[in-house]
This record gives sequence, C-alpha cells and structure tokens, in this order.
Amino acid sequence: MRKHKEAPEAPEPEADTELDAATPEELAELWDAEAPPKLGPIANAASSLVVLALAVAGVILSIGLDLGTPQTPKAGMWPFIVSIIIGVMALVQLLVGRRGGEDGEKFSSYSWFPLIGFATLILLVILMPVIGFEVPALLLSFVWMRWLGGERWRSATLYSLIVVVIFYLIFIVALGTSIPHLI
Amino acid sequence: MDFFGPVLDGFGTVLDPTNLLYCLVGVVIGMLVGVLPGLGPAATIAILLPLTYGIEPVTAIIMLAGIFYGAQYGGTITSVLLRLPGEASSVVTVFDGYVMAKQGRAGTALGIAAIGSFAGATVSIIGLTFLAPLVASFALDFGPPEYAALALLGILLVATISGSSKNKAIIAAAVGLLLATVGRDIFTGAERFTFGNLSLADGIDFAPLAMGLFGIGEILYNLEDRHRAASAPVKVKRVWPSGKDIKQAAPAMGRGSVLGFLLGILPGGGATISSLVSYAVEKKTAKDPSRFGRGAIEGVAGPETANNAAATSSFIPLLTLGIPANGTMAIIFGALLIQGITPGPQLIGEDPELFWGVVNSMYIGNILLLLMSIPLVGVFIRILRIRAAILAPITALITMLGAYTIRNSIFDVLMVVVFGALGYLMKKFGFEPGPLVLAFVLGSLLESNLRRSLLVLEGDLGGFLTRPISATLLVVFVFVALWPIAKGAIVKNKKKPLAAQIATEKEKV
Repeated sequence: MRKHKEAPEAPEPEADTELDAATPEELAELWDAEAPPKLGPIANAASSLVVLALAVAGVILSIGLDLGTPQTPKAGMWPFIVSIIIGVMALVQLLVGRRGGEDGEKFSSYSWFPLIGFATLILLVILMPVIGFEVPALLLSFVWMRWLGGERWRSATLYSLIVVVIFYLIFIVALGTSIPHLI
Repeated sequence: MDFFGPVLDGFGTVLDPTNLLYCLVGVVIGMLVGVLPGLGPAATIAILLPLTYGIEPVTAIIMLAGIFYGAQYGGTITSVLLRLPGEASSVVTVFDGYVMAKQGRAGTALGIAAIGSFAGATVSIIGLTFLAPLVASFALDFGPPEYAALALLGILLVATISGSSKNKAIIAAAVGLLLATVGRDIFTGAERFTFGNLSLADGIDFAPLAMGLFGIGEILYNLEDRHRAASAPVKVKRVWPSGKDIKQAAPAMGRGSVLGFLLGILPGGGATISSLVSYAVEKKTAKDPSRFGRGAIEGVAGPETANNAAATSSFIPLLTLGIPANGTMAIIFGALLIQGITPGPQLIGEDPELFWGVVNSMYIGNILLLLMSIPLVGVFIRILRIRAAILAPITALITMLGAYTIRNSIFDVLMVVVFGALGYLMKKFGFEPGPLVLAFVLGSLLESNLRRSLLVLEGDLGGFLTRPISATLLVVFVFVALWPIAKGAIVKNKKKPLAAQIATEKEKV
C-alpha cells in the first residue's frame, strides 16, 4: 500500500540508455521480464473448474427447458449444445493448464485495489436510487483518489468535489437526464 | 451511375453539418480518450456508447466510427511518448517510435504515424467502396445454413487468431453464446436462465455487457496495474516530418496499406496481425535491417499504416456480411443493432444513405484526424500528465452514469459492475473479453439460423454439407479448428518467435 501511495506523483523519466540500443527482440524480452508473474497451474485449474461448474449448471438447466429433437429443437437445445462445448473445453483447459498456467497473471498485494474499487461501485449502485448520485459519487471519487490513487487529503477532497459538480452540471443541468439526484 | 449515384449521395449525407460535427466530435473524443493509457478503441467506444442513444442512426454510427479511428491513433501517441502501447496493434510502434522520441524525434514519429494512418485508411476506404458491394451481392444468396456456418466460422476465427490461449478464447466465446441465450426464446417464448427476474426477460442488454467487460473491467485492472506506470512522456520538439522523412517512409506506407487492407478483412485481430506482418516485411526488405529497433522511420510508418488500413477494412465483413471481425467491431455491431440497423448484405440496398454515409464519413474523418493530430500533440501531452488517480474515478463515473442514462435502469448499472468484475477476472485469468462479446452479439444470429436450418433440413445435419457455400465454410471451420493442433505437432520445441513474444505482450496492454 505504502509503495503505491508514492507512485502517483509524476514519475521521473527512466534511465533508458539500454533501451536506445535494444533490438525489438531484446525489447520484447525486456517486456517479458517486466511482466507480472504468471498465474500458475493451480489457479489455472481453479478457473477451469469454475467454467466446468458453469457448464454443468448450463446442461442441467437446459435439460429442464426441454431439448426437443434435432427436427424440432426446443428452447433448451442450443444452450445445451453450448454448455457441452464449454464443458469439453473446460476439461481440455484443465489438462492443458496442469502443465502451463502461462496465461493470466498472479494476484498481488495490489489486487485489493480492484476489490475496493468494485465494492465502491456496488455501493454506488445501492445508494444511488436511495439518496441520489452526488454523495455516493463523491465517496467513490474520494476513496479512489485518496486510498487507491495516493492523492493527498486536500487534493483528493478538492478534486472529488470538482468531479461531482461537473457531473451534476453535465448530466442533470445540461442534459436533463433522470439520474437520481439529491438537489 | 448505378454504382456511383449512391456513393456520391453518401457524401451528401456526411457533409450535412450535423453529421460533419459529430464526425469531428467522434474523432476528437476518440483521440482524447484513446490517448489515456489502458483504454483502447474497444473500451473507449464501449464507455461512450450512451452518447449515441439520442442521435439519428447515421449520425451515431459516423460518430462511433470517428471514435474508433481517433482512438486507434490515440494509442499510437502513448506508444511513442510513453513506451506504453494504447492497444495491441500499436505494440510494434514502440520499437522504433519510442526510440525516435528518445532521440528527440517524437514529433517526426507522431507525424509519420498520422500520415501513415491517413494513407492506410484512405487506401482501405477506396477498397471498401469497391469491394463491399461485391461481397454483399455474393452474400445475398446466403440462407440460414450459410449464415449459421459463417457466424460459427467468424467466432472460431476470432477466438483462434487473436489472443494467447486458444482454449480460453474458445471458452470465452462459448460463454458469450450462453449469455446470449438468456431471456425469452424467440421461437417458443420460453424464458431461459432468467431465474424469474423480469429485467432479464428481454435478455442481457448489449451495452451494459460491453461497457462492463471493456470499460469497468479495464478500469479495475488499471487500478491494480497503476504501480507499473511508465516513464513520464518525452519532450516533443518538431511536430512535422521533413520531406526526406516522408520520402523514406513512403514505400513502407504503400506496402502497409495493401497488407493492412487484405489482412483486415480476415476475421480475428486484423489490425494487430497486420502491424506485426508489416514490421516484419519492412525489416526484411530493408537494406540495413539492423536500423530497426534503433529509430527506423519505416518501423513506425509501415505498422501504423497497416493497422489503420486493417481497422478500416474490418468494416467490410461487418457491413456486408453482418459478421464483426474483432471485439471492437462487435461493439459497433451492437451499437448498430441498438439503433435498429441490422448489418448484412441487405444493408447497401435497403439503407444506402446509412451505408455510404458511414463509409464516406471515413474519408472526412481521416482528413480531420490528419489535420488535428499534429496541432493537438500539446493537448495530448497535457492529458498524459493528468494523474491516473484522478482520471480513474472520472472514467468509472462516466461509465456508470452513462449506463444509467441508456434505459434509466439501475439494473443496467448493476450489470455494468457485474460484467466489470467479470472483465477484470477474465483478464487476470487469461481469458480475452473480445471473443465473448463477439459471440454474444452473434449468438442470436447463430442460434436462430441454426434452428431454422434444422427445421428446413428436417434435423439432418448432413444437409449443411450438400450446400456448396455452407459446406465450404464448414471445411474452412474444421481446418481452422484443427490447424493449431497440426501446427503444434509440426513446430514443436521451436524457439519462440518475435510475433509470439509480442502476442504475449499484448496481454499486458
């Protein structure tokens, strides 16, 4: 967290002397080295199992919808076929991912940031119809700027207020949309 | 005259002051938002979809097309100034573009990219003008089996050509097909996977899905990724290439235009592949290949020309066959459907004003892009200096409030967040959202045509093989499906080539 708080200040230009001399191949290798750690086989298998569960649920629900026959397909036929494809591919991925796990990236200590971001977005959805968008939007902006973005208290407060006022002027005053609002 | 009459009328449509204004607005918005690291054309268009809702269909699509190629160019700016490709098709621009910038030639690199983009797009629009009616007239003979086969092939091509893991791309596409089945069945009226929720009875709306997967998904990912911020933008001194630079880059632009046009028509990441191929071709044809990666202007000119040519020609399958060639086109496809327009072979005949208006707007839009890209470089640099911490909540709020305005529905906003979380998780677990969105928009087309075919063919799947076009498409389908396995067997243990390394790199973009 602390490291991230320091990050948003305009970063100093990197010493790119080695970059000037890099060939595309070397640059691609450099990028590869800078890339986040790969997901790994266990997480890969876990994601495959989630997909497999989705496929099983799809198959069960599709059967419940009535499959019909190839001559007269019913509502469940197509989702049934698609669910079978998902299931087969999930099994293939389970086998392939056992060795690989090269796709995707590991969750890091910064993965809390999207989770907090997601929670604030959900809060916005819950609160907006109840108290209007202004306060939830202000809270969201402040949390994202202060804690997820590392802005100082003063700038986070100021910019959040400005953002909400601008959105109010655009969406409510200028466009006259029916977005729930306080005032 | 039969051919040129509607084409010229299309210019009348685009030169209408309102359309011209929206074309300008689209290009500028596209460039401004596209310049923000992490937001490529797909995310930009997805976030800005609600802007088009209250506008006439022709005007809306002209603006979206403007956003599309504006954002395409925006991605180049970050490649050159920040070594941070705005999108996968700008990855190779980093090789020489950023080095040129470090050598004090950022303006030259951006200028040549703008000229190349204009040249590539222009060649491609001319090609589109003449080729699109031919493809459309050919496709007029298509019946349900042909459409089903074509949609199936389109989804498979996008899933297998783009991205890193083919399995995962196919899974994403299949999940997109499954999501498309949510709602009332068009044949029987039965409710599928709605779990009694009335808001789902009409199915999942395309806009929240695209806005969530591409928009919020990217924003959440960038929240995590921000600590890997690139260096500050380099200084831009001269903002126009010299005559010598243009002369040196011209052959690369010529080759890039043709390559890009041809590769862009193929479904599946045409712009990315064409920029890679163009770079490889330029390096191969150069007298001194060692200059590449060290600030060779052809290394910027070729790929930038090719990716814009490909981006433009990818409109051909969309407008003439109703098959989007990539994720971004899928969003434009969705936008067209929302506007009540079904792209396909009938479009040219039934709505020539829209078809030629949109095609011809690209000529005008690209001229606007060329004229504004260089003078606006200073503005772009200022935007790049705005801290991501401030931009992130602004972008998120635009998306959320924009989603509400579409149907005044809080449920839609919730869907945006849910699909945003899915988009983030997909990115983390190595699943691409592009095939999912593409399959989602093609899902109903595929299902309805497949079921109609089964009814017509009385359940005999062999009937697909007795019709020459559907049979050919299915043979290609099988070939594409089996090719990765065959290729894997042929080139086992071969050293990872540059293209593959870059493909891996795409995941970071």
